[in-house]
Amino acid sequence: MRLRIQKLLAILLLFSGVLSATSRVVGPQEKIKTIAEALAISAPGDTVFIQPGTYQEETIYIDKPMVIIGRGYPVIDGMNKGYVLEVRSDSVTVKGLLLINVQKSYTKAYAAIHVYGSKYFVIEGNKLRNSFFGILVERSKDGIIHGNTVMGNAVTEQSSGNGIHAWHSDRLTISNNHVEGMRDGIYLEFVNNSKIIGNVSRNNIRYGLHFMFSNDDLYLKNRFENNGAGVAVMFSKRIDMRENEFMLNWGSASYGLLLKEILEGEIVGNTFNKNTIGISADGASKISFSHNNFDNNGWAIRFHGACYDNNIVNNNFRHNALDISYKGPMNGNIFDQNYWSEYAGYDLDKNNVGDVPYRPVKLFSYVVNKTPETIILLRSLFVDIINFSEKVSPIMTPDNLKDNRPLMKPVKINDRS
Amino acid sequence: MLKILKYSFMDLMRSRWSYVYFFFYLVLGFVLFFLNSDVTKAVITLMNVIIVLTPLIGTIFGVMYFYSSREFTELLLAQPLKRRTIFAGQYLGVSLSLSMSLVIGVGIPFVLYGIFGSTAIWDFSTLMLVGAFLTFIFVALSFNIALAFKDKIKGFGFSILMWLFMAVIYDGLFLLSMMIFDDYPLDKLALGATLFNPIDLSRILILLKLDISALLGYTGAVFKNFFGTGLGLFLSLSLLSVWVIVPAALMLRQARSKDF
Repeated sequence: MRLRIQKLLAILLLFSGVLSATSRVVGPQEKIKTIAEALAISAPGDTVFIQPGTYQEETIYIDKPMVIIGRGYPVIDGMNKGYVLEVRSDSVTVKGLLLINVQKSYTKAYAAIHVYGSKYFVIEGNKLRNSFFGILVERSKDGIIHGNTVMGNAVTEQSSGNGIHAWHSDRLTISNNHVEGMRDGIYLEFVNNSKIIGNVSRNNIRYGLHFMFSNDDLYLKNRFENNGAGVAVMFSKRIDMRENEFMLNWGSASYGLLLKEILEGEIVGNTFNKNTIGISADGASKISFSHNNFDNNGWAIRFHGACYDNNIVNNNFRHNALDISYKGPMNGNIFDQNYWSEYAGYDLDKNNVGDVPYRPVKLFSYVVNKTPETIILLRSLFVDIINFSEKVSPIMTPDNLKDNRPLMKPVKINDRS
Repeated sequence: MLKILKYSFMDLMRSRWSYVYFFFYLVLGFVLFFLNSDVTKAVITLMNVIIVLTPLIGTIFGVMYFYSSREFTELLLAQPLKRRTIFAGQYLGVSLSLSMSLVIGVGIPFVLYGIFGSTAIWDFSTLMLVGAFLTFIFVALSFNIALAFKDKIKGFGFSILMWLFMAVIYDGLFLLSMMIFDDYPLDKLALGATLFNPIDLSRILILLKLDISALLGYTGAVFKNFFGTGLGLFLSLSLLSVWVIVPAALMLRQARSKDF
């Protein structure tokens, strides 16, 4: 009964909106010349169209539900004075603007678009240039950030901001954005039940995507390329990571995906290509890794301490310099039915499962873990010889760290390329 | 000197072993492409082969050639020729013909499979350059050994031992010392130790082009900073040249005072 009344109310509201909403046009040739002026005379629910041109305005406050639409990307110049757009109301839509020149600060997070305490906001198809922070969302819910482009030229971590930064928010959808040259591409802190889909994050100096204390999130089909490090997931629970691409994250402390204190996640169908370390797991537990491709990485997966009950099943490990590096006892981690390009066993009964177990941790990998400088001996004849002798009779590597059913052919994974 | 070089070179070009060596690389190249038509991956596999095999072949061939042409050398010594020209000519003849077998043998399949259009062209040329360097170095070393021992068996034994030391034992000792002293900062030591072994040096040069991702691990930065820059490349190539010049000079000096 209550629900029906709510629905009725919603419909009524919708109609009243349609009936009462007016639209205004702002432009150099129009009657209203500045956006601030247009907003001041608008009523809640109105629409403001912005004609092409350059608008030099200090912080524009949007304090009522409104729709703001740019035509042909009007340029809004923040003139390096604080925020450019301040969204402080529910149900605000901002579309098609080109926002430039946000003030840099070492104490405040000035952003091109700052959303604070808003519900049902939509930020769509905007372009942001020379913005300190790009889109900053705080204490907001049920928002959509879709199809925006954020381009920066960050040099150091201290003097740069994040592309899309969300803090203390719920149920956000961040999709199809393109973030380049910022500190973190996308940063989420205390953000729950959110979806991050189809974004491209590249050439950022720290992380492509950064989770802190965020639970129950999904990120799907994103692409992380050439960042300081691909994705860092820290202190979070139940994160679902699917079909992402982690590429070319190269550097002395770089990785495709960092898992730090993570519980119960799923990592499915991702591609890790040419990273120094594909996945670096530290304190990651109860995670299922399956149907991932690990190709041409320095290390495919490095397990540091405190990793319990992970399942590594049905993945492809191809042409990595070292497949797995592992510390400590098995702790209930399982390696089963993966494809290893270096597997040299045989399959007499032709069931596509190798008859001899594969040991993914080589003696050399163990040595490198102990004395990292020895990596310089990679691919030398001596290392091949000791690896071979260890394979024949394992002494140093954990005895039960093995894949008992290595596959003879790669697992078929739905490639999007 | 050129005449002797030409003679040695032609002599070897007509010999069966040069062809065997040439065909071995030719077949290796084609088999690699038959198994996997990706040029970049073929370069990686080839690296493993070249790093181990060119020094071995250079060593054995050098010793073998020296002993088998001993009578001819003695004949030449009776002529009014400088010893320097005789031995330098022979040395260059052997090294050049071996390098040619390598470059042409591996080159043909790579050219046929389109190395020129590929991004791996630089990796491939580095590989060939390194292969040629290793040949020159190990032929010079083996000539030294052959000059020092009149006894063939001893000569062969020592040259194989020399190869074994450079290719395997050196790395073993290197690894062991790094593991024993792992409480100390080791990157400088590791860097230094690779410079003193031409096989290691060549391996690192190629690795830096291919396995960069692994070497970039957190200690790899030191190596990368050294070898990855123009200066590092220049330094490593000049060190390889030193590795050619010093044994060759030693060989010539030894030849000058040797009593035949």
